[in-house]
Amino acid sequence: MAGAQGPLVVVNDVTRAYAMSGDAPTVAALRGVSFRAGKGEYLAIVGPSGCGKSTLLNLLGGIDTPDTGSVTIGGVHVDGMSDREATRFRLLRVGFVFQRFYLMPALTAAENVELPMAEAGRPKTERRARARALLDYVGLGARASHRPTQLSGGEQQRVAIARALANEPMLLLADEPTGELDAGTGAEMIELLARVNRDGTTIIVVTHDEDLARAARREIHMRDGRIVGDTGERGA
Amino acid sequence: MLLRLAWTSLTLHRSRTLLAMLGVAVAAAMLLDMVMLSSGMRESFRSLLVTTGYQIRLAPRGTLPFDTDASIEGGGGLVDSLSAIPGVAAVSPVLGGQLHVTHEGHAVTAFALGGVAAVQGDYDIVAGRAPAAVNELVGSADFLAAAGARVGDTVMASAGFDPELRGTTGLRPLVIVGRAHFIYTPAGQRAVALPIATLQRMEGSAATDRVSLAMVRADSGVDVEHLRAAVEHEFPRVSAISTETALQQVDQRLSYFRQLALILGVVSLVVGFLLVTTMVTVSVNERLGEIVVMRAIGVARMRVVSQILLESVALMSVGTAAGLGLGLLTGEYLNGILSGFPGLPAEIRFFVFAPHDAWTALGLLVGAGLLAGIYPSWRGASRPIAITLREEAI
Repeated sequence: MAGAQGPLVVVNDVTRAYAMSGDAPTVAALRGVSFRAGKGEYLAIVGPSGCGKSTLLNLLGGIDTPDTGSVTIGGVHVDGMSDREATRFRLLRVGFVFQRFYLMPALTAAENVELPMAEAGRPKTERRARARALLDYVGLGARASHRPTQLSGGEQQRVAIARALANEPMLLLADEPTGELDAGTGAEMIELLARVNRDGTTIIVVTHDEDLARAARREIHMRDGRIVGDTGERGA
Repeated sequence: MLLRLAWTSLTLHRSRTLLAMLGVAVAAAMLLDMVMLSSGMRESFRSLLVTTGYQIRLAPRGTLPFDTDASIEGGGGLVDSLSAIPGVAAVSPVLGGQLHVTHEGHAVTAFALGGVAAVQGDYDIVAGRAPAAVNELVGSADFLAAAGARVGDTVMASAGFDPELRGTTGLRPLVIVGRAHFIYTPAGQRAVALPIATLQRMEGSAATDRVSLAMVRADSGVDVEHLRAAVEHEFPRVSAISTETALQQVDQRLSYFRQLALILGVVSLVVGFLLVTTMVTVSVNERLGEIVVMRAIGVARMRVVSQILLESVALMSVGTAAGLGLGLLTGEYLNGILSGFPGLPAEIRFFVFAPHDAWTALGLLVGAGLLAGIYPSWRGASRPIAITLREEAI
């Protein structure tokens, strides 16, 4: 698919090291990572803890910058953006789903979904209607006025997915989206993400969850900051 | 939505928010009281001096009105000469003394003011009328109560006791024709007012026509300071004190009050500032995860900062509003205590609400709260997103 429609994501020889506190040496999280992903792909990045997969996801989402190399999303150089540009990019082009949901506890489920749309300046009536539609889409239409504390973990993650889709991103990035869920709820989440992908959203997910990785149509395996395996698109 | 976020965030920790607001309210009340104190007594004194419209007061050279027992000879001539000066609209001569009456075997002593009813500026008639005839007087409520007298009664009054003759001086019957509120006397002071000629005769000072002070009212549009200088030049044996010069003297005497008020006011501001800084810092640290996630999903840094600042402004505004009420209440309470300060006119208020000063001070406090929120909110919104998310996840 990457070849057919042109790559949506181009990661080219990216390195990233973190300075540790005190005199400890820096830790190389990524050591020359390169890969491409096409529009509509469902890609899982897997590997042991500390292999650099979350760092890679952060670089793709523009919330971190590489030390060397480049990251291009939809033809835009994410690594060269100013803070303001990166913020706008995250708002309109990328959707984030976190392991710990991170919904705003002060807002209802619908308001959480509305938040990125309000930031994007979309009219109130439009964002209300879309928030409602997205909550229906993730199966939480009846829970729109509930606060996060009134929702289960699975429901909170569904709201987080609805929030991530609010501004119709070209890329959905999920960091261990089933990490805090029990097996049954995790399976529902896997099904939901697959449906989101089938409906046209490109997804890159970082996970330890083998079921989630298998649900993706492509797996990239990482170890010690390097890509050590790439299944390519299954069935492509 | 930002407003909603700010509001809900505050209500999420009700006890903490209430305590912070209470702290701000106390700081605001203290600041307001200090502002009211620093300018209140001066403004109160000013309004007391100008209330009767007299802008210049003449006292024996080198003294302040009623500071000593010194008096000016030739009061009648002084009044005539003053009245002849261009720009003088009215002159009110005043003689201070004491008046004694007997009630149920006890002597009741009152501060006596001799004056000319038509131009007097020392009292307001509350009941009855001003004394016009030579055998008439008006008394304060405290005097009437102590003397067991009512308006219409006649009392035997004397101006003093002569130890050599072992008898009262100036004893005569006086008809009480009114009850008056005396503007310049301390609370609880028994006071009477009667025609100046009567008091002079009772005191035996009629021969020298003495007055304790003379008050001068200038024509409208006349430069009071210029008139004051002219009067003093014309009458070298008196000190002419204008309202402004009197206020300057008050300023000198109250400088310690103002310094104290300034220091305590600054302390209040600093306390309010530190309180809000601490509160916002704690709040930001607690919500770092939320804040960086907002940044991660594309909420602009300034928007995040604004949301947190809204919280600190809300804290300060509500706290300040409560502090306004608290400050007025405590000011009133302290006024009640201090009104009994010996020798001060009961009308003097230590804590006077001057809207401009008060709004400025309270505005400063809200501004300080805003400033206090800027650093922690900016710091929180500027945290590196990826690193903070990783730390939050641990």
